[in-house]
Amino acid sequence: MSLATTQSIAEIRARNKELIEEVLKVYPEKTAKRRAKHLNVHQAGKSDCGVKSNIKSIPGVMTIRGCAYAGSKGVVWGPIKDMVHISHGPVGCGQYSWGSRRNYYVGTTGIDSFVTLQFTSDFQEKDIVFGGDKKLVKILDEIQELFPLNNGITIQSECPIGLIGDDIEAVSRAKSKEYGGKTIVPVRCEGFRGVSQSLGHHIANDAVRDWIFDQLEPDGKSKFEPTPYDVAIIGDYNIGGDAWSSRILLEEMGLRVIAQWSGDGSLAELEATPKAKLNILHCYRSMNYISRHMEEKFGIPWCEYNFFGPSKIAESLRKIAGYFDDKIKEGAERVIEKYQPLVNAVIAKYRPRLEGKTVMLYVGGLRPRHVIGAYEDLGMEVIGTGYEFGHNDDYQRTAQHYVKDSTLIYDDVNGYEFERFVEKLQPDLVGSGIKEKYVFQKMGVPFRQMHSWDYSGPYHGYDGFAIFARDMDMAVNSPVWKKTKAPWKEASRAKLLAAE
Amino acid sequence: MAQSAEHVLDHLELFRGPEYQQMLAKKKIFENPRDPAEVERIKEWTKTAEYREKNFAREALAVNPAKACQPLGAVFASVGFEGTLPFVHGSQGCVAYYRSHLSRHFKEPSSCVSSSMTEDAAVFGGLNNMIDGLANSYNMYRPKMIAVSTTCMAEVIGDDLNAFIKTSKEKGSVPADFDVPFAHTPAFVGSHVTGYDNALKGILEHFWDGKAGTAPKLKRKPNGAINIIGGFDGYTVGNLREIKRILALMGVQHTILADNSEVFDTPTDGEFRMYDGGTTLEDAANAVHAKATISMQQWCTEKTLPFVAEHGQDVVSFNYPVGLSATDEFIVALSRISGKEIPEQLARERGRLVDAIADSSAHIHGKKFAIYGDPDLCYGLAAFLLELGAEPTHVLSTNGNKAWHEKMQSLLASSPFGQGCQAYPGRDLWHMRSLLFTEPVDFLIGNTYGKYLERDTGTPLIRIGFPVFDRHHHHRSPLWGYQGGLNVLVKILDKIFDEIDKKTNVLGKTDYSFDIIR
Repeated sequence: MSLATTQSIAEIRARNKELIEEVLKVYPEKTAKRRAKHLNVHQAGKSDCGVKSNIKSIPGVMTIRGCAYAGSKGVVWGPIKDMVHISHGPVGCGQYSWGSRRNYYVGTTGIDSFVTLQFTSDFQEKDIVFGGDKKLVKILDEIQELFPLNNGITIQSECPIGLIGDDIEAVSRAKSKEYGGKTIVPVRCEGFRGVSQSLGHHIANDAVRDWIFDQLEPDGKSKFEPTPYDVAIIGDYNIGGDAWSSRILLEEMGLRVIAQWSGDGSLAELEATPKAKLNILHCYRSMNYISRHMEEKFGIPWCEYNFFGPSKIAESLRKIAGYFDDKIKEGAERVIEKYQPLVNAVIAKYRPRLEGKTVMLYVGGLRPRHVIGAYEDLGMEVIGTGYEFGHNDDYQRTAQHYVKDSTLIYDDVNGYEFERFVEKLQPDLVGSGIKEKYVFQKMGVPFRQMHSWDYSGPYHGYDGFAIFARDMDMAVNSPVWKKTKAPWKEASRAKLLAAE
Repeated sequence: MAQSAEHVLDHLELFRGPEYQQMLAKKKIFENPRDPAEVERIKEWTKTAEYREKNFAREALAVNPAKACQPLGAVFASVGFEGTLPFVHGSQGCVAYYRSHLSRHFKEPSSCVSSSMTEDAAVFGGLNNMIDGLANSYNMYRPKMIAVSTTCMAEVIGDDLNAFIKTSKEKGSVPADFDVPFAHTPAFVGSHVTGYDNALKGILEHFWDGKAGTAPKLKRKPNGAINIIGGFDGYTVGNLREIKRILALMGVQHTILADNSEVFDTPTDGEFRMYDGGTTLEDAANAVHAKATISMQQWCTEKTLPFVAEHGQDVVSFNYPVGLSATDEFIVALSRISGKEIPEQLARERGRLVDAIADSSAHIHGKKFAIYGDPDLCYGLAAFLLELGAEPTHVLSTNGNKAWHEKMQSLLASSPFGQGCQAYPGRDLWHMRSLLFTEPVDFLIGNTYGKYLERDTGTPLIRIGFPVFDRHHHHRSPLWGYQGGLNVLVKILDKIFDEIDKKTNVLGKTDYSFDIIR
């Protein structure tokens, strides 16, 4: 039952404000003051959501955030398929991030592709005491010998590396020289850096700039004939094949995708990107840095797009086409038209089942805003949203293009706050991650993992929208949610039994 | 366009369509792909004895190790106590990983906090994070106890937990008498199994030895009870319940230490239980008076058991007792230590397992198996295979040490079925890949990550271990006890029969053996 249909905006705003006051009561005073800045009720017309963001999490609360290593290895670098990514340090970080993001790729794993392998220097106490550089040298040699078809290597620093002062840059340079100029990229993404995975994205982007772009020969390594329609997909990690269901649309409208970052990506594609005519950016948060750099250094314009749900897809296709000639503009219209029957059929089937249902989101990257349009296409309403590691510019984009008046906004929400919010607002669906999934399901609230698509997907593009609609229907309307209360524990039922 | 509203295709089918295949072929041009012949040549080379030799000569690189780090084990042990919130002192990303890892295996919430240390803490130490963190956790999550462990970061900078907790209490983060046991659990020493051991010892030490100097040490007044320690175990839910059932049948007064069987199996009934079940703090303290402590996993309690023994108790440890003989030994030991009779019901359950083995062992006899996993689990499974007449040909444990190696080799040497079988301590799943190519076996037993080995080498995978991410609910059924042995037997047999069916189901070619009776 939609809350919006029964309450006025003013009532919702008052209720949400009260709710924020209520959750803040549990904290010690100092903590309450800090957390208050991260919670707000959105007011239409404001330029941002009115919350502070990208600030250190508070110790001792169940923050859902990860670390810089997760941002670099887990998100940006890990999916580059033909390079070996070493989790440099103790065994755990690599183990926990092993295969968990579903970055689909095509390749012969273990021979010319390495995404679903866990390479680690497995630091022992002696490596901490004596330093790990010598071990790293040996590791690089062993990789060269045992995985000869790797096209490059990255070194993803875990916490101890920075603390013990290892010089991974020197090792990388020396070994690169020894192997005849092989690409070896040291990435200083130690987990204690920054306040979340967000800094890891930035560090990873800088490493692409310094260790890939800056090393390119003047004429470039990539040998292909450029066309006026060359574009690069930036910031799509191909979760469940997202980038493929996006790429197919771009090619259908007449563009040529010369690189894909970083899901199913390769070193050659990274190197080719400076030849693109336009960089199209899906996950702004994780790759705006390198897109801006390419704009400044190579003069490549970039534009953001959103491929969740038909409204935003059509808007984005037209926006991208706007950078090109009439041929591409016509191509965009042709693509929109081609998929319209599918869109109509999906909406005809699923909208009646989902109309008026309310959603609360809490995700990372772009999804706290980008998926709102897809829900709206299905008649659903997002009544609360927030970012794990968003910055102010994310909240600006959210306020200006996505959320409605009176939406509850929660930055870096923790387990306690999120549970209270959901308990009180009783949404029909929560979209968040694995750590939140079972908490809400126990509470009897339907849930979808909006990081991993709950092992389904793709969700991007028109093909993805059909899957998205099906999945939301299966979550919200699963018969199991009517069975969470034992019949003898339902109030009316209990009364009936008592009367008998 | 293959997609339709009526028959929605997701990744399982969508990308196999011709339009996607064409698109992927076009993409290949930009990938600077390797020559397919070269890929094929290297692929074949990785299957050779020559490659194996190079692979085993590897000294520094680990590829697909079968172990996690200490703090994961500490969190796993800590949630086994009533109302206990694990608090990891270090950077927050680690905790996000532990919680995800446990949730992905158990399909359950996993609650844990961190002190969210960042650069400033790296420079100045994490004391302030501890002071604020304990106060916040205490107020928000109302735990009965906060169990502190560390990450590699806190260990490298040398934070002193004892002093930090003392200072936090002085500053009023938590009441002076609030229980905050702790353990140092550096990720660069041992594995998750070591972390389990350290955290459990830390908690017992806290209750038994005077709560870090704030209370008198407990004076042991021996009673007839027995303590049981499960160890790090992906089947903790099914296993601990089975052990409790057996103990109840025998009428043994007992305490399960670190009993996390409820918190990883809470009902869906409209309520989220952040804490559920667990060893009560009173029982944890009183466990000092027990007659004996039994560890189900020797290498999970290498420090805890000697600590218990020092307090005057008898201690016994097993190696993940699976199957007939191992369960016999466990039950007999239980009876001997407790002085309780073994009830007829257990004899009947035992007889049923013997019956099942007798019915089915012809299908297992002589089959070769490769096993990998935690040291005790590997030992328990290998022992069961030997008594089924199977050959545990390669037994690999990334976190197995020298003592494990020796004990494994002597187990293998003790049986005619163990001849020519080898144990591999400290090796990883890329080593296992070489073993499976150069000395093939019929079946592989291990966790979810073994599916890559199954794909590459064609060795059918029987999923037993931690983590199991890609199959559901296995952890709810026990592997221990005679009933558990039956479960393991059925898992193995199901895979054997599935493989026979797969090989014989080709219509008009191999289906002469596509039998309906086996």
